[in-house]
Amino acid sequence: MADLLRRVAVNGDVDAFRALFRAYAPRVKSYMLRQGADSATAEELSQETLLTVWRKAGLYSGEKGSATTWIFTIARNLRIDRLRKEVAWQPLPEDGPEEASTDLAPDEELSERERGERVRSVMAELPPEQTEVVTLAFIEGLSHSEIAARLDLPLGTVKSRMRLAYQKIRDALEDLR
Amino acid sequence: MTIRHHPDFASLMCCAAGSQPDAFAAVIASHLSVCADCRAEVSRMQEIGVALFDALAPADVDAAAPVIAMRAGEAEMGSAVDESVTATAREAPAGDVPLPLVSVLGARLDDLPWRWSAPGIWTHPVPLSENAGGELLMIKVGPGKEMPAHGHDGQELTIILRGAYTDTIGRFGVGDVADLDSDTEHTPVACATEGCICLVARDGKLRFKGPVARLLQPLIGL
Repeated sequence: MADLLRRVAVNGDVDAFRALFRAYAPRVKSYMLRQGADSATAEELSQETLLTVWRKAGLYSGEKGSATTWIFTIARNLRIDRLRKEVAWQPLPEDGPEEASTDLAPDEELSERERGERVRSVMAELPPEQTEVVTLAFIEGLSHSEIAARLDLPLGTVKSRMRLAYQKIRDALEDLR
Repeated sequence: MTIRHHPDFASLMCCAAGSQPDAFAAVIASHLSVCADCRAEVSRMQEIGVALFDALAPADVDAAAPVIAMRAGEAEMGSAVDESVTATAREAPAGDVPLPLVSVLGARLDDLPWRWSAPGIWTHPVPLSENAGGELLMIKVGPGKEMPAHGHDGQELTIILRGAYTDTIGRFGVGDVADLDSDTEHTPVACATEGCICLVARDGKLRFKGPVARLLQPLIGL
């Protein structure tokens, strides 16, 4: 995927963009639907996310994270902008954390994939109640207190489940360094 | 700047997910703009979102890939524009307002239209979008002044922007975040020489302790 992005960035390669579109638009749309968008809006936002990818491909730099991470960040920021109409300080930087680039090895592609696999395998083993709160936050866009209300749990319980889930991911990624 | 107090991981998770209430987002973004450690945490947390995103069942997309051939010229233009925007943001004028808030508040804390709230206490409410819950407030406390003892109905996130304050938890200096739950009660005392300016986000109302402080509550607008 990173290779497709580079082809879009360097050559304005339309075929590479079509392949990216086929790979990502359906999942971006699915994400927007889960965030509460109606079907037409979700469709529009998935198109817009991919158009942003096309326009900003030149800003993507492989050292700073996987293609999926970059595209997901763009989708996240776009849905905050459109679905919640909130303020200037919500978006995360789309060009990734600057300090991440220094400690990456030359075989960064591999380690990037490895990281992704590691995260997925930890996620697969999370207790269901931790998966539930993490999914409600990341995919359905609910705040901690909204999650507490939805699940009828004390706020403190929601937060400690969040922390536990992250601690496991964090430990798994620490091993890789 | 040595940062000693960071937001709770749960608060950073909410930031990574993009699901935090507006007011909290302002404090977290301000902290991230000065704390590389927490930026690294948030980017690790985002991998959770990416893994969940990866696993979503694809939805049917009606349209084919947009016809972008005609937009080929836009690609370079687009990125050139974006880079200049980013560059400007990074070379923001020397000021003490956190970068993410400069577009809303201007660059200098001293230029804010501070409103007198109580002896030694000035405030400036930061406007939030319509559907945002909670409130966001700049508070300036004079040197050595004590804030009325208070507890919280909900969560309270505070970042120190100038000076420092001390409470039972410890000393909070510039860049530090106090991430407090409803069960916390505290009486912060501002630094004796510089006082303290902080940005406070809340999702619940304050509960003041003691009859005098309770009388003050409507008066100081906290």
